[in-house]
Formats: sequence, C-alpha cells, structure tokens
Amino acid sequence: MKYKSQKVAYWFFALSMLLLVLQITYGFIMGFARVGFDNLHEIIPFNTARAVHTNLLVVWLLSGFMGAAYYIIPEEAQRELVSVKWAYVQLISLAVVGVVAIVGYHFNYWEGRKFLEIPRPLDFLVVANVLLFLGLILTTLFKGKRKTTTALVLSMGLLFAALLYLPGMLPFDSQVTDSFFRWWVVHLWVEGVWELIMGGILSFLLIKLTGVDREVIEKWLYVIVGLTFLSGVLGTGHHYYYIGVNKIWLIVGGIFSALEPLAFLAMALFAVNMYRKGEKKHPNKLALYWTLGAAIVSFVGAGLLGFAHTLPQTNLYTHGTLVTAMHGHLAFWGAYGMIVLAIISYALPNLTGRKLYQSTRGRAAFWLSNIGMIGMTVAFGVAGVAQVYLERKFGMDFMQVQGEIGIHFVVLILCAIIFTTGIVLYIIDFYKHGKPNDEALEQAID
Amino acid sequence: MLSKKQARAFFLGGTLVTFLVFIGLTVYSLSKSQDQSNSENITESVVRGKKIWEENNCMGCHTILGEGAYYAPELTKVIDRLNLKYDGQGEDIIKSILMSQVPWQPNGRKMVAYSMTEQEAEDMIAFFEWIGGIDLNGFDRIVSPLAKDKISN
Repeated sequence: MKYKSQKVAYWFFALSMLLLVLQITYGFIMGFARVGFDNLHEIIPFNTARAVHTNLLVVWLLSGFMGAAYYIIPEEAQRELVSVKWAYVQLISLAVVGVVAIVGYHFNYWEGRKFLEIPRPLDFLVVANVLLFLGLILTTLFKGKRKTTTALVLSMGLLFAALLYLPGMLPFDSQVTDSFFRWWVVHLWVEGVWELIMGGILSFLLIKLTGVDREVIEKWLYVIVGLTFLSGVLGTGHHYYYIGVNKIWLIVGGIFSALEPLAFLAMALFAVNMYRKGEKKHPNKLALYWTLGAAIVSFVGAGLLGFAHTLPQTNLYTHGTLVTAMHGHLAFWGAYGMIVLAIISYALPNLTGRKLYQSTRGRAAFWLSNIGMIGMTVAFGVAGVAQVYLERKFGMDFMQVQGEIGIHFVVLILCAIIFTTGIVLYIIDFYKHGKPNDEALEQAID
Repeated sequence: MLSKKQARAFFLGGTLVTFLVFIGLTVYSLSKSQDQSNSENITESVVRGKKIWEENNCMGCHTILGEGAYYAPELTKVIDRLNLKYDGQGEDIIKSILMSQVPWQPNGRKMVAYSMTEQEAEDMIAFFEWIGGIDLNGFDRIVSPLAKDKISN
C-alpha cells in the first residue's frame, strides 16, 4: 500500500467475502433440495435459492472488482483517491441495494429473468451506485500523474460493464427479444468486458509479482483483450441458436464462440510465461498461486468446457441441461472468483502490514477450494451428460431422469464440502490479517 | 516483433469492427422480415402471461426456450406434450396445477402452490401456446431422430 486511501479496498473485499459465504449457503440449499431434502421449501423455495445464489455471485465478484479498482487505481495513477468519504458512501449503498434485493427475492419481489432478477426500481439504484464508483475511479485516474495501460483496461472494463447493464433494463413484450437483450448484459459481461477487468487485475499482479517489464506485460494485455472481443462479441450468437431468432446465429455464433478459448489460452500462456521470465522473487507466493491458478483454471473452465458445448450441433443436445451448470461453475470460479481471491491475497498483507503469506492455511485454502470445485464440475458434468442421453436421446421423462441422476448430486454436495472448507480457511486467513492501518504504509512490499 | 502500439491497434480495431458487425446482425435478425416468433400473435393475454411468468420467477426452476434452472421440466411445447400423454387434456392439467391451493409434488419435488385465478391460468396457457409456435431452429426437448420415432410410434 502506497496511498492511505487504498484502505477502502479492504472493506469491499470484506463485503465480498461475506457475500461469498452467503452464496455458498444458498448453493447448499439447492444441492440438498435436489437430493430430496427440501425442508426449507416453505421459506426458501428452489427459485428463491437459485436467484439468491446467482445474484450473490455477481455482487461478491463486483464488490471484489471494485475493491481491486480502489486498490490498483491510486497506485497506478500515483495519487490518492479523489474522495474516500464518497467511496465509503458507495460501499454502504452497494451493500444496502444488495441486501434489499436479496431479501426481496424471499418475498416474490423480483423479475424472474435469469441472472437479472433485480426489479427495475432497484436497477436504477444499481446504476446510481455504479456511476458514483466510476466517477471516483475515473476522476482519480485522469487527475493522476500517469495513465497506465493496466489502469485504462481495468477502467474500460468497469465502464463498459456499467453501460452494458442498460440493455437489460429495456422492457419487451416478447420473450424472444427479452432473452436476446438479456444476453447482451450477461454474455457481454462474462465473456467480454469482465475479461478486461480480469486482464487488468492480472496484468497488475504480474507486474508486481514477477518483476517483468511493464511494457512487455501491457503489450500482451492488449493482444489478449483484443482476442477476447474479437471472438466474444460475435460469440454472443451461441446463446441465440435455439431461442427463436434467425439461423444466421448458428454460423456466426458457432465460428466465433469456437474461437473464444483462444483468449483464455493466451491468458494462461501469458501468465505462465511471465512467471518463468520474471526474475523477481516476490515473497507473497500465495498471491502467485491464485494469480497463475486463475489464468489456468479459467482456460479449462471457460475456454475448454465452454468449447465442449458451444458448437450448434452439440448445443442442440446440451441446451437447457446441467451441462451448462458444469461449464458455468468452473468458468466463474477460474476466471473471476480466483482473480478476486488473487488480488485480495496480494493486497491484504500490504493493507494490514501482517505478512501471513507463508501460512499452511493459505495453501490449504487454495488446494481444497480448487479440488472441491473441480469435483463439483465433474459431478455436474456427469449429471449433465447422463441427462442429455436419457432425456434428449432416449426420450425419458424429465422427472424420471432427475431420479436417475440424483446420486451425482450427492457427489456434488461432498465436493462442495471440500470447496467450502477451502473457502472457510481463506476467510480465517483474511480475518487473521486484521484491519487496514496507516502503519502498513511503510511496510508494504511492492 | 509486435509493438505495443500495434497491439493496441489490434485491440481497438478488432473491437470496433466486431461490435459494428454485431449491431448490424442484431438489427437484421430482429427485423420484421426475419421474425420466427410469430410476434403478431402476441396478444394482451400473452403479455399478461409473460408478466406472471416473470413475477413468480418460473425460470428459477423450469426452463423455457432452453433457458432457466434445470430443476423442473422444460415448458416450451408443454401443452403439446401433455396433450399427447394425457389424451388432449394438456391445458386442463396445466390450469389445475397453477390454480391448486396445495403444492404440486411430482416425484417428491415440490412446486410452490401459486393459487392462480382462472384468468391468470388462462393467460399462462396463452403464453405457453405462443411460445410453442416459435420456430426454434430444430431445438426440442427430445432431439435424437431415433427417440422422436420411438415417441411418435
């Protein structure tokens, strides 16, 4: 930590961890419901648990991204944040909007549009909150002593993410058009602009952890985000194959989404190469684990598993099955979950002055959460493929198939317990670091 | 070797071109001449049905057009499927489930009892009927030609 105002990042990270725990809790509620233990149905039916689970994912990641920006931008721009007070206002309003939305879901106050369940009146509060955040970040950046590529790519990702929220607020009478523009938000977020945010954070971490020249890292950052947009924008078409729009998307979506793994492959190669090339021996090995882990797991989860069902000929069978959940879990974990945990692992010792990066607990957190998530992905994958065969090929009834694949959800729950153990250890480490303080200013290791 | 300036040009140029193509394709595929969804059949009742669908987050368990939560059955062409299975009683079965005061529990998996009015249940039927008429480029709950033959025989 070089600037006092970076301390605000800590509280965004803390909120992020709290929401992650809640997200996992609701995941367990769904997992148990699937194996027949639906005892909370009266107060938390499956659709409530599902909306809370996915929305908490979005909010804990956004809170992590915002914390990352509050940590990275002052350091890149070489100045304090323009207003710490307003950053705290933004933090509290983000938490309030999030809590109101989540509580509302338990009382049928929602929109029932997958991933975008937040009702319209609250959407406007989300927009106001994000505008305040962007105002603070962009003003800091433009008043700063330097405007680095890392900071620009990160800010561009955050700005585009805000702009792309707007198409999801347009009202349509047709389910087809509604779905079409819902993907403008969801797909162009996770397979587009969020990758800019991930790229920006990854670049910052690699510069700090490997010591490789900034110019080299940032040059490759441009290539990676270039590949992301080149494939990802038209790759949106893979959501349009079978929702009632023109067949042209079968060709366009098929070709361009098949290219999407290239960006993730480039990101993995880039991170590993920079690590090999770097001569700096940064003591924070845990941050390095998470950084390289994010680059590699995102390639497997988002790149390879996405490719596994992205071609229209395959997707005809897998569309609307648990195969999507398989891909979704490892992709979100690798690309976004792990990069947030990477920046937290890097920033915490610098914010608090407590250097716990040699801890066995920290390494156990990394391995257990990853092994658990890979196990969950396999369980979803086996359940999904079995569902495709039984339902789509043999014509069995949906509910009958659900009975047949129930055992895979027992495996899913067991793996989720391993994953959760890892996350709990990570959070214990987070807590043990203590609060951010000004004394940490002198002790930070760059 | 690629310079940073060239890398930036690749990023900005590639992004601009693909966004423009994407917007062009969006305009083309949503134009009236390319409509596959029979949008002229979207009646007030269909719109009300869609609103009920959203207000109750049906997509949080079911799937429609293949999108949703994979916890409860796909509802695209649900009326046709139930008609085939229950001798033309599809609409009545759906209405009775939606209007039931008691939670529906097929194979022990619980659904919220929505206690809808007759009018609301009819709006949902209208919504499902409109959805069922959309040309989905060959997507169906049962895809394999072999399984299709088996079902129709």
